Amino acid sequence: MMTNTEALKELIYKMADDQLILGHRNSEWTGFGPLLEEDIAFSSMAQDKVGQSYALYQILNDLGEGDPDTVAFMRNADQFHNSQLVELPNGEYDFSLVRHFLFDTAEAIRFQMLTNCSHEPLAQLANKIKGELRYHTMHADIWIKQLGRATEESVSKLQDSLDRLIPYAIGVFEPSPMEDQIIEDKIFEGEGKLRQQWEEAILVVISKTSLNLPDLSLVKPVYGGRVGQHTEHLQPLLDEMSEVFKIDPTADW
Amino acid sequence: MVTEENVKEWLDEVKDPEIPVLSLIDLGVITKIDIHESLVKVAMTPTFVGCPAIDYMKNDIVEVLQKHGVKEVEVDVNFEQSWNSNKITQKGRKALKEFGLAPPPKHVLIVDLDILEHVQCPNCNSTNTELKSPFGPTACRSIHHCFDCKETFEQFKPL
Repeated sequence: MMTNTEALKELIYKMADDQLILGHRNSEWTGFGPLLEEDIAFSSMAQDKVGQSYALYQILNDLGEGDPDTVAFMRNADQFHNSQLVELPNGEYDFSLVRHFLFDTAEAIRFQMLTNCSHEPLAQLANKIKGELRYHTMHADIWIKQLGRATEESVSKLQDSLDRLIPYAIGVFEPSPMEDQIIEDKIFEGEGKLRQQWEEAILVVISKTSLNLPDLSLVKPVYGGRVGQHTEHLQPLLDEMSEVFKIDPTADW
Repeated sequence: MVTEENVKEWLDEVKDPEIPVLSLIDLGVITKIDIHESLVKVAMTPTFVGCPAIDYMKNDIVEVLQKHGVKEVEVDVNFEQSWNSNKITQKGRKALKEFGLAPPPKHVLIVDLDILEHVQCPNCNSTNTELKSPFGPTACRSIHHCFDCKETFEQFKPL
């Protein structure tokens, strides 16, 4: 069967960009975590995510796109396909934690679904990544469950972050103009199906806390990231991330 | 004529740079060895996708095989047979424990993460332990505490 390469590439770009940008945000916790263990956790997840983005960019490279470093470091914000959720500044710990929970729950399901992808290299990589992401979702779930029923302060902080982040989180599922093609070619079962499973999964965890999940059918999603529309926060992140590469593309360390 | 057995034996000299007691063979990351006259092709797969040691391992493979007289070496990193922690050999598990790292428990591929809760302490063998953090100093390790010998220890994570 002939796979629609453009549709496949579009899907991989948005996943790779999500992993890279959230990986970078996670790395900003290095040295600043509220507990040593959390410092290590966010740093480890950063390493996993940036590594996973590299492997995804490598698949794109095999499909004719540029080499991974160039693709990661040389594009401007409007050429990135990440969701706006992942580019938002870290804020306080509760904000980063809730984002991590909402995003990684979706990502774990996405990679699980992609183990059936018709593009074999992506199916193989997804099979690998889904195992690693179990540690990310476990980490998120443990902390949401603990802090989501701990004190009045922890609950109200998480609730505020949840309310602020939900519209962005639903923006992760912004449908592609090639959605039908992607589903028809058995590349991926589609953002709609992913969103449905994600809603069930986050509810399982939230219902074990004192937090309230807003009525998701009434939330207006923040779309745009997938087509290169970003907040003012992305370009400064990219400038910082690519600073060394732009000074000396052959730098090695 | 170089044989696959020769190559395996030589690759047993190449250690994981982050866990120097463990060879790549013990780690289970070598997935294929092809020999075409003077060319040896080695396929390997990373333990964790973002493992930063992979380039070091690739270089070490080339270096060691050349030292043993192999003229041409190609190392291909792919996910065709992806790694999981069951692939660590018995010898590798023993080496990990002696190194002070709890070896990953064998599992049936669907990792039930509850197995992280009472990992056997590599120092005193007690299972009266708790998980402190699923993330440790490298991507492949978690941090645990033993209530009996009061030591904090690390585990090579099951995957």
